[in-house]
Amino acid sequence: MNTAAIAGILNFLVSFAIMASIYAIFTMGLNVHWGYTGLLNFGIAGFFALGAYTSALVTSPMPTGMMANYVKQAFGLNLPFLVGVAAAALISGLIALPVGLLTLRLNEGYLAIATLGIAESIRIFFNNESWLANGPQGLIGIPQPLCTLVPPGYYNYIYLVIVLIFLAAIYVALERGIRSPWGRVLRAIREDEVMSGANGKNVFFFKLQSLILGAMIMGIAGALYAHFSAAIQPGVFEPLFGTFIIWAMLTLGGTGNNKGAILGAFIVWALWSWSTFFILKIVPAGFQTRAPFIRYILIGLLLVVVVLKRPKGIIGEERHVSKF
Amino acid sequence: MSILKVEKVVSGYEHMQILHQISLEVQEGQIVSLLGPNGAGKTTLLRVIFGILPLRQGKVYFKGEDISDIPPERMPRLGMCYVPQEENVFPSLTIQENLEMGAFILKAGCKPRMEEIYKLFPDLSNRRKSRAGELSGGMRQMLAIGRALMLNPQMLLLDEPSSGLSPLLVDIIFERIKKLNEAGVTIFLVEQNAQALQCADRAYILEGGEMKAEGSAREILKDEEIGRLYLGR
Amino acid sequence: MLELIVYGVVLGSIIALGSIGLTLIWGITDLFNCAHGDQITVGAYIALLFVSLFSRIGFLQAKVGPFSFNWGVLLAFIPAIIISVGLAIFIEHWVYKPLRNTGAHFITSFIASVGVAWVLRGLIYMIWGAEFHFYTSGLRPMIFLPQGIKLRVDEIFIVIVAWAAVAAVYLFMSKAKMGKALRALADNPELARISGINTQRMIDWAWGLAGTLIAIAGVLYGIETQLRPEMGWIFLLPLFAAIILGGKGSITGALAGGLILGIAQQVSTAWLSPTYKPAVAFIIMILFLLFRPKGIFGKG
Ligand SMILES: Nc1ncnc2c1ncn2[C@@H]1O[C@H](COP(=O)(O)OP(=O)(O)O)[C@@H](O)[C@H]1O
Ligand SMILES: [Mg+2]
Repeated sequence: MNTAAIAGILNFLVSFAIMASIYAIFTMGLNVHWGYTGLLNFGIAGFFALGAYTSALVTSPMPTGMMANYVKQAFGLNLPFLVGVAAAALISGLIALPVGLLTLRLNEGYLAIATLGIAESIRIFFNNESWLANGPQGLIGIPQPLCTLVPPGYYNYIYLVIVLIFLAAIYVALERGIRSPWGRVLRAIREDEVMSGANGKNVFFFKLQSLILGAMIMGIAGALYAHFSAAIQPGVFEPLFGTFIIWAMLTLGGTGNNKGAILGAFIVWALWSWSTFFILKIVPAGFQTRAPFIRYILIGLLLVVVVLKRPKGIIGEERHVSKF
Repeated sequence: MSILKVEKVVSGYEHMQILHQISLEVQEGQIVSLLGPNGAGKTTLLRVIFGILPLRQGKVYFKGEDISDIPPERMPRLGMCYVPQEENVFPSLTIQENLEMGAFILKAGCKPRMEEIYKLFPDLSNRRKSRAGELSGGMRQMLAIGRALMLNPQMLLLDEPSSGLSPLLVDIIFERIKKLNEAGVTIFLVEQNAQALQCADRAYILEGGEMKAEGSAREILKDEEIGRLYLGR
Repeated sequence: MLELIVYGVVLGSIIALGSIGLTLIWGITDLFNCAHGDQITVGAYIALLFVSLFSRIGFLQAKVGPFSFNWGVLLAFIPAIIISVGLAIFIEHWVYKPLRNTGAHFITSFIASVGVAWVLRGLIYMIWGAEFHFYTSGLRPMIFLPQGIKLRVDEIFIVIVAWAAVAAVYLFMSKAKMGKALRALADNPELARISGINTQRMIDWAWGLAGTLIAIAGVLYGIETQLRPEMGWIFLLPLFAAIILGGKGSITGALAGGLILGIAQQVSTAWLSPTYKPAVAFIIMILFLLFRPKGIFGKG
């Protein structure tokens, strides 16, 4: 193999690892909701979208000159990347507050559908309100942090490091959180709402905290996605797909387990992004345009088989021993 | 001849064993009562007999045939019907429809039998189109028994039919049970209410998943120690 | 305004037709079937397959009355229904039944149905590709009603079939022994078993009924718009909203829910951009959940 081919494969692997890590963060956010607290949030794509749009608007400059004719956005603050990510977490968390106040009292199945509706409404809102973030065309040219350090061809290595730092930090923080007394209350709520209510803990308040924390993590994932792809459109955050593929990742890896969340994200994303690659090599030429869709079948089958044969996911839930 | 025979049955839920080596016998044509306090395992035993809950050891015979592994949906065909303690009607179905469901397995019509049930429980007859979910506790209990009688079973399992009813209604229910028995239905009557002894032929006392006593209903009724220990007297 | 209400009734009837099977299965098996939309797509495409097979048979090419479709499309309902029923029962036996028997949480079955949905959609993409298909080419005749209301003649057909299907299923559920047993099963599965009802057989029947309704909805949806692999999936959210409004397992509720959503969506276009129509449906659904969590006809 020549060096160009190796560089190509490396590039592919690096951008794969970046996306998989972003999804892993997203999935850990869901794990806070569903794995730790038992909240059926099907509106996660909405929080991811909020994070992506917030960071994009906060970090990009207001379009000027020719661009201003084509790109409309409510504001463009031109602030640093980290401020954008922080703002993403903040806005996602802030929106989670009213969402939680409204819906957390619903029974679990209805909570799922209500959040799904809210997420879809958020997407439709971004799609329609062009003044806010350029409507269906979305935003392009979202700034990338530290992009002057290396030539563009090598930028992904830098971004991978950034994403991995976020992944590691969130993983460590969550692992600590879940072993703290606070995490213990969350799990108690998941196991038996009535009992923890009787223990005098304010179940609703803890659920709200969990919803906000998870949403903030999803917002961060959304921000990281926006700066990686440098372009976002509402279509990317279609809840039925954007939400369920994350659910598939968590279910596959192991609900209630952050390692499982990460593993699930990598497996599903690998299947999704690599299957096309291999399939294109084996199918006849006339079939090439249809071949990529085989990944729907692969992921769907994998999901069904795992749910049937390993209902606790590939890793399964960790046993947590509280330090207190 | 014994129509129902339970032999050294062990059963429970998941990691919890509830019934420890339970044996009992019901003679054809009798009313046999099983008494015991809340949590004794009475409902659990009925669920095992009817095949809803698997047994871990022991055997259950009905009319001499081993029914230990027979699923509940096949029991009515064999001639045994069951009235659970709770949730024993279909709430969104009308009285009439609830009774029809009792005779679901019959290919032929069930109208004549239904009229017999309405005769036995005239209160039901006046409200045939009412939804079961809207009925009072007493009516609901009558409907539940009526549903189980639609197939004219040889044997009826009743789980605390008097629970939650006013004293007047309790008397009526026990009187109907007696009447049923006189019509030839063998009855296994599970109760907490010692009043059941007045219409029963024989009785068993269950506590903590163990059989504590058995005898004729008259003996058990007279036994002061049993009354004090298990029947709250 | 009257015009918008009429369009709303058309849209609501289509939603209602799509949602009866969904609410039936939800009521009886507790499954919130995410593959329902894609099963509708399969029904539509199976009919497409037979429509093209029938295209060699001359006399089937005549249009049916004033409608845009020919007799071949009408005949294709039959194989579409048969295959849709077979598919539904196949999935039940290989996926939902084993899950139910292990006592899985309802969310587990829901996730499994997401997997099923992806497999079905993947198959449609592989077999028919991503492009649009039509049952018949040519004009779609319009009908002009007073007050400047224009409808496609096909839409009148769809509304009639939708209402007839609701009426038929409603009658079946309230008058037929099998229908009553299905309601009994939805009410209290254990008591149904105790009464001698073979619950698995009933569930198969429910899937048979749902499969039939799914195929009818699919073909009609294909007549109304065009066939594309995402057609059912996109349709799913309004269906969810309609059955939640209507209440779990309620046939008449699904009709009422569908009509409310359809009319509200169309009427909202008097003030809002039409692109907000789906959001209107969700907002109504969420408000409903907050104030009447059991739906319009739900108990309690
Ligand atoms: N579904 C169940 N799972 C676990 N334990 C149960 C279940 N149902 C009953 N039990 C337990 O089994 C014991 C006996 O219950 P039950 O048979 O209902 O008693 P009884 O009918 O005599 O009041 C009780 O300790 C109860 O807590
Ligand atoms: Mg009991």
